[in-house]
Amino acid sequence: MPPYLPDTMPLPQPSRDDAPFWNACNEGRLLIRHCTDCKRFSHPPMPSCPHCASTRMDWKEVSGNGTVYTYAISHHPTHSALKGSGAYNVAVVLLDDADDVRLVSNVVDVALEDIRIGLRVSVYWDVVAGGRQLPRFKVRIESNQRKRGEL
Amino acid sequence: MSFPTVDAPKRLQPCIVGVGETVYTKRGGHNDQSELELCLQAIRNAAADAGIEASEIDGYASFGFERHEPVMVQAALAAPRLRFSSLVWGGGGGGCSASVMLAATAVATGQCQYAVAYRSICQGQYERYGEYRARPMWGSYVAPFGLMSPAMMMALVYRRYLEESGMNADHLAELAVTIRGNAQKNPRAVMHGRSMTHDDYFAARMVADPFRLYDCCLETDGACAVLITSAELAEKLQRPAVPILGAAQASGERWTLGPMGSHNMPLDTYASINSRDVAAALYQQSGLAPSDIDVAQFYDAFTGLIPMALEDYGFCRRGETGAFIEAGEIRAGGRLPINTSGGLLSEAYLHGLNLVIEGVRQMRGESTAQVEGARHCLITSGGGGGHKSGLILGRR
Repeated sequence: MPPYLPDTMPLPQPSRDDAPFWNACNEGRLLIRHCTDCKRFSHPPMPSCPHCASTRMDWKEVSGNGTVYTYAISHHPTHSALKGSGAYNVAVVLLDDADDVRLVSNVVDVALEDIRIGLRVSVYWDVVAGGRQLPRFKVRIESNQRKRGEL
Repeated sequence: MSFPTVDAPKRLQPCIVGVGETVYTKRGGHNDQSELELCLQAIRNAAADAGIEASEIDGYASFGFERHEPVMVQAALAAPRLRFSSLVWGGGGGGCSASVMLAATAVATGQCQYAVAYRSICQGQYERYGEYRARPMWGSYVAPFGLMSPAMMMALVYRRYLEESGMNADHLAELAVTIRGNAQKNPRAVMHGRSMTHDDYFAARMVADPFRLYDCCLETDGACAVLITSAELAEKLQRPAVPILGAAQASGERWTLGPMGSHNMPLDTYASINSRDVAAALYQQSGLAPSDIDVAQFYDAFTGLIPMALEDYGFCRRGETGAFIEAGEIRAGGRLPINTSGGLLSEAYLHGLNLVIEGVRQMRGESTAQVEGARHCLITSGGGGGHKSGLILGRR
């Protein structure tokens, strides 16, 4: 499956503050900054905790499950890479198991008219230029729906 | 927190004494003059309006994205002294009112005598703000996912606001049509002579759903400037001094770059314009309440910023804002006429400094959409970026 947006889009530029996040993405793991003192998550990664100012920060792997907190549909190609590729969604996904941490991303398998706030999604590792992986999302099929044959 | 009114000596109270603008054009309309030439022209016009020589200016303030440094402007104005020079952090318009605040602070503390706050933008000569620009902070978290324009950044916030407020597209149409209507009275407005109906609004293309074309501000070229001095010097000048009754900048907890960043603002302030703390400071400084504000110039880079501004600044509570707009309270003759020059949507996009100029006109009684008897004008600065600022202007 080709990436959700063209391969010539800008790529992440990891810095000293956030390289572990992007390295983990390339391994297919979602690693979120976590405070060992107040036990809260925060994002994007910073050298200290924005909740309690502690500098004792580590990283915790999370499930990648979340819900669409908000979204917008772009109809205008704001980057040369997007010319001719049509409208696409941008979603802010609130993770299920990382306090109020959200990721700006895309839901790759939903029609533009079907995306909505509250849609349950799970992480999907989209392979982009150079084999790097971005955390995008797919609609999550609940296991009880599966049991009832509601796929 | 009581600056600039209570604790400052009366003779040093900061006042706006001159405003200056170039002609405003659509993007690319000013290619015969450089952006710096336009910047200088606006500052000279502000000095002429006040009745001083531009070379008497000894203080300079602007805000993030301004390209013309005070030392260059000083030289071009042949001004012998530079006693104050400062730039507010942050991109876009969040620092606009704060640049006026810096200038006001400088004159009220005796750092300098005549301070100018200025902004020049020629999108025809430099970058276009609506197109992709590499962002040094946290660009990794937005650009690869196609979040690259202020319209999309604010569209995300406004979609969430729609969910929480129960408002709909008709409210945005009413805002866009009202503000375009104000521009029809203002010959300086780029959209003067181009009236718009609700049908026109809905017929325009979708840009960043839920924002259509006319929810988005203009791409224009031009420059403007505001000249500030102390009350004692203001008394000797030709124009009625417009006192600055409140001037504040603020940002809420964990807001960081807001919609321009990773969208990790606290959940309870996400669907806002991060201006509740600005509002509190302005009302505390001035001793005024929302009910005392007669006219407002809201930062309208996008229509959707206005309902959130009405709430952050205490004019409406969430859930009431739609009815306030439907009732025409933001129109001429309503409770709170807004953006009386046509705003950033229909006059020009100068990152909000033209809204300050319109506020001065209202307080001088010279607006093309004058609110009769208006005594207090609120000006707000900033939409999608980090910290925000605001002003309350009064009448002498």
